[in-house]
Amino acid sequence: MSKLKVNKLSCQKGYNLLFENLSFEINSGEVLKVSGPNGSGKTSLLRIIAGLSSFESGEIAYDSLNVKSEEYKLDFLYLGHLSSLSPELSCVENLKYSSLLGTNDLKHNYTMALQHVGLEKYENDLVGTLSAGQKKRIALSLLFITQSKVWLLDEPFSALDSKAIKIFEKRIEDHCTNGGMCILTTHQDCSIKNLKEISL
Amino acid sequence: MNIFLKTISRDLKMAFRNPSSFLNPLMFFVISISLFPIAISPESETLSRMAPGIIWVITMLSVLLSLNTIFHYDFDNGVLEQMIISHHSLSLILLAKTIAHWMLSGLPIILLSPFLGMALFLDFDSIIILLLTLIIATPCLSLIGSVGASLVVGIKNSGMLLSLLILPLYIPILIFATSAISQSQSNQMIDGQLYFLGFFLVVSLIITPFLSAISLKISLE
Repeated sequence: MSKLKVNKLSCQKGYNLLFENLSFEINSGEVLKVSGPNGSGKTSLLRIIAGLSSFESGEIAYDSLNVKSEEYKLDFLYLGHLSSLSPELSCVENLKYSSLLGTNDLKHNYTMALQHVGLEKYENDLVGTLSAGQKKRIALSLLFITQSKVWLLDEPFSALDSKAIKIFEKRIEDHCTNGGMCILTTHQDCSIKNLKEISL
Repeated sequence: MNIFLKTISRDLKMAFRNPSSFLNPLMFFVISISLFPIAISPESETLSRMAPGIIWVITMLSVLLSLNTIFHYDFDNGVLEQMIISHHSLSLILLAKTIAHWMLSGLPIILLSPFLGMALFLDFDSIIILLLTLIIATPCLSLIGSVGASLVVGIKNSGMLLSLLILPLYIPILIFATSAISQSQSNQMIDGQLYFLGFFLVVSLIITPFLSAISLKISLE
């Protein structure tokens, strides 16, 4: 059973103190929704946990692993605001490269992942030709491939229609049922089970 | 090693699907050099004396023009973030991207330079030395340039800043490369210049991927 513990974390951007002494815990099987107004530091929090940004004070502990260690990075999946997709590559080519960056295992069924998000017929189309919602689905189809235990999802449901939101909410629930954990930021209402919430 | 080769092939694939990203600097290279005989003098003696300087200056400028493409597109769509948090070595990924950049900027210049050398009346021996200096030193241009590109990756319209950062570091390469060709034209030894360029290549190959990785992490924080 894994546990991610954030203790007295403080983050400052320029002269703005985004949050101070933030503490929370999340265990395997749980989903944490981070809410708060624009500019309150939701994205910064996820970036700090992902190891992309530094913080002023506090500590992050995940099963006694160092944030910079290879094991920590293998256990974490971060999907940010940006799609992380190259418009010049096809959907499958993008998925292959993204999963290569996130894991050592390349024997994935990319077509199956695209089927889950209803875009299997676009697998060889260039991402640049797809709509914003379709790009978001492709980016999130990585959730059907990844073996990372901790998912950090920044506004995962933006640009998605209600049907797609249900698909990904179900995927997050399944992941947590299988021992994973997820931290997400969203301004939308979620119908995910075992949802904890913190506000910044 | 898999990530290294896959990154090179990915970057090449992306470039060939968006060819203007690497063809524009090459067009600049060819057109600029072709204009010198018209602007200065069509005399073979004058042109052959100036050819090493002309070709090397334009090579540097065209590489400089293409430097933004190393990281710019991946920064815009968020792939750089994924590279940073990947468990693979960031230095190795960035080295792969830099090699892909050299294959799209330096390598075509090396292939084109004999023809442009002939257009500027360089003799056969000087063309061989020109090729030798380009083969050794154009990878240095991409490697050093990658450090500058990673520093300015998040800054909009950073072309001028990048030039100010990088051009001073290119000057030693320019001096030794042009000096090697000029001295070979007057039948003097050029071992020293080639050794220096070789040393520069080895040092850049060892140091710059780590510097790029550090500066990229700082830029994306």
